[in-house]
Amino acid sequence: MVHAGIAGYGVYVPYMRIKIPEIAKVWGKDGDKAARGLGVYEKALGAIDEDSATFAVEAGRRAFEHCKLDPARVEAVYVGSESKPYAVKPTASIVAEALGSTPHLTAADFEFACKAGTAGIQACMGLCIAQMIDLGLAIGSDAAQGRPNDALEMTAGAGAAAYVISAKKEEQIATIEKTYSYTTDTPDFWRRSHAEFPMHAGRFTAEPAYFKHVAECAREIMKRTGTKPEDFDYFVPHQPNGKFPVRVAKLLGFTEAQVKPALVTPFIGNTYSAAAMIGLSAILDIAKPGQRILVTSYGSGAGSDGFIITVNDLIDQKRPAKARHFFELINNKTYVDYATYAKHRRKIKSM
Amino acid sequence: MKHPLPLIWRMIPEKYYLMGSHCATCKNDFFPFRQICPNCRRLGKVSEKRMPTTGTVYSFTEVSAPPSGFEFEVPYPLAIIELDNKVKILAQIIDAPMEKIRIGSRVQMRFRRVGDDDEESAISYGYKFALIEDAASSAKTDKPAKTPKPTVSKG
Amino acid sequence: MRSVSIIGGGLSKFGERWDKSFRDLVVEAGTAAVIDAGIEGREIQAIYGGCMSSGRLVGQEHVGALFADFLGLNPIPATRCEAACASGGVALRAGYLAVASGMYDVVAVGGVEKMTDFDSADVAIALGGAGDMEHELFFGATFPALYALMARRHMLEYGTTEEMMASCSVKNHKNAVHNPYAQYHNEITIEDVMNSGYIASPLKLLDCSPITDGAAAVILCASEKAKKFRKDPVEIIASSQASDTISLSNRHCMTELHATKVAAADAYRRANLKPSDIDVAEVHDCFSIAEIMAIEDLGFFDKGKGGPASLEGLTALNSEISINTSGGLKATGHPVGATGIKQAVEIMWQLQGKADKRQVKDAEIGMTHNVGGSGATAVVNIYKRL
Repeated sequence: MVHAGIAGYGVYVPYMRIKIPEIAKVWGKDGDKAARGLGVYEKALGAIDEDSATFAVEAGRRAFEHCKLDPARVEAVYVGSESKPYAVKPTASIVAEALGSTPHLTAADFEFACKAGTAGIQACMGLCIAQMIDLGLAIGSDAAQGRPNDALEMTAGAGAAAYVISAKKEEQIATIEKTYSYTTDTPDFWRRSHAEFPMHAGRFTAEPAYFKHVAECAREIMKRTGTKPEDFDYFVPHQPNGKFPVRVAKLLGFTEAQVKPALVTPFIGNTYSAAAMIGLSAILDIAKPGQRILVTSYGSGAGSDGFIITVNDLIDQKRPAKARHFFELINNKTYVDYATYAKHRRKIKSM
Repeated sequence: MKHPLPLIWRMIPEKYYLMGSHCATCKNDFFPFRQICPNCRRLGKVSEKRMPTTGTVYSFTEVSAPPSGFEFEVPYPLAIIELDNKVKILAQIIDAPMEKIRIGSRVQMRFRRVGDDDEESAISYGYKFALIEDAASSAKTDKPAKTPKPTVSKG
Repeated sequence: MRSVSIIGGGLSKFGERWDKSFRDLVVEAGTAAVIDAGIEGREIQAIYGGCMSSGRLVGQEHVGALFADFLGLNPIPATRCEAACASGGVALRAGYLAVASGMYDVVAVGGVEKMTDFDSADVAIALGGAGDMEHELFFGATFPALYALMARRHMLEYGTTEEMMASCSVKNHKNAVHNPYAQYHNEITIEDVMNSGYIASPLKLLDCSPITDGAAAVILCASEKAKKFRKDPVEIIASSQASDTISLSNRHCMTELHATKVAAADAYRRANLKPSDIDVAEVHDCFSIAEIMAIEDLGFFDKGKGGPASLEGLTALNSEISINTSGGLKATGHPVGATGIKQAVEIMWQLQGKADKRQVKDAEIGMTHNVGGSGATAVVNIYKRL
């Protein structure tokens, strides 16, 4: 059987940051306590001229700069997001056009809360394995939305990750050995059609939602592949905050060392569809040939996509001479106050 | 200012990836696209060509009094950028404090929304430019979050 | 080609003319010009009207016919001319060519803009159309921004300073005090300019010409018949026009307006004069940096010396060369379609010795310089007494 794999990846995190205590202060909360409780210190936010489509294009461009393949070869583009700039009109076509992949391709937007991006990876894998395409592009991108004074506002971040998925073994820096998904109808977080901000079910989002789906997905994919936590060098779960991923890792028997290098949410917030994919990029930035990675995304509603990934020798050759790790890249930032944040996120009613 | 949708659509190649033109006779590049080479006119052989997406700031200003549609972006830096093929182009500079922008600063094309957005019409996307920051320069840090020190393995 | 002279000119009051409509302004200036020329309306054979943005702003197009109608001049041919801020200049040149060709003996030329009814962000959009809409205005480039980009290069390449630029505004305000038609009659200091807020750095509010309502008109006549109407007509001894790329970024050089240099060279050649022969010039100071570039491009000062010359007062009234005795666009105001014609009226008054306290002593040769957009059109005319 053909194995699909990752040929290249790219991440985009916008320039502005707001510290969680700055948000908490506005709503009369203890900021340091809130930040510690969530394990999130600051979050990224897009400028007024950015949205999940611009994030997706930037991540896509970086992915192609990384793999140095011709974007015109791409025959499928899938963009996953819960913050699409258009309710109707694909973001994927914008991305495909901007990258120079049009017109000979299929393109569509996916929505499954925070796992829409990994659903795109699976769709690309399917097409590659079926030998319908050679090269696909899957992007998770979100300018995550949180209602003012809602708990989500403390974590909803912004960013995108793009993965070039190839059917050709010789183009893969990492091969996706297996994917598996665990899905039930569990409404823990949603946004109705014309609503501006998402709603969530409070503490219900934890045990019956995040923990159950991520854990079941991880257990099942390990069971089906006969693997155990110690067979993996890294574990990359979805990370709605800084606490959940560590807890779920512990619950499954992973060590903190296996999960910690993938924790990006504490520094950029929860990037929703991009969160697990950005976490994976932080791992690929440091991974060595032969290492194995378990990824479990999570999308409210609810489901988890699991991936077992093996790193190939090509990863070192594809690493640019002046490679900069994710945590270095996000140091190009500026801090804004709540008023500036409210303006850029168009939360001021009269705008 | 509201631009008609077909105009926004027609400009996609130049706004998304700097599609300009090249004259095979005089070997000059042009942006925006010109059907007629101003140097060679009927002797020109003009074809489409993508401009390079990196360049250097040639001149810049900070706009404080905007045209309608840019009210929420002021003050914004605007620059003439000399692309790496010497073609000049006007664009906004993003994600940089004014004091970091200099004549000669290296810049790179970025993809952003451009201009007015009334929340209902089609969105206009296009090029803006960001400074290419060198590894040494990072954020003004007033107590930044402690980011872990990564170990970058080099090939 | 016949020689052409101005036999009359008139202005509306420039400024915020809340009580006057677009057409009222045309009538105010047009009537003044006809009375000044001492002619009857029926003697006017054609009319050329300069106007940039009546459609975008007032919602009125077809202003050639409107001019003729409300000046009571139907059914003579009436034509609108548009070249952004040089609309007045090209209208004047169209009238000049019509008389020079022998087609008409007497034509009226007017220019008008009604701007203050509108929000400044909307005016910025209208004026922005003078550049490349798809590649400048589309990206938020206002006109102050385009000239600011030129100013920054001028500062880099020649060491021009913000104070040098400010000195142009100071001098123009000083001149305008004695111009009853000017929008502003207050003197300002370099400190005032330096302390005014940035519009597009390094240009500040007081580096920029204002938004103005106003109209201007002249009556042109074949020189051979001009003295029938008055004893002191002013002859247009050269009228030249040039073009350049619509967008600033496509220019090879951003510290000069190439179209100005081309038009000026042609005008000097036609008049058989050199820059030092000019006694008084109305130049297009839409921004202070524009005046500095203009006095260089017109050959009054070497490239890069326009800033120091301005600061040293070499362009003040009755100094080395008297620049913008009217107060220029900065202080007289800049109703864009009217400006090119207002400049001609000022030069006419100077050469007739009627400029009162702003009179240039022994003014023999005058020049007007009118620019459209960021320099995509330039019109340069040279005048002397007939």
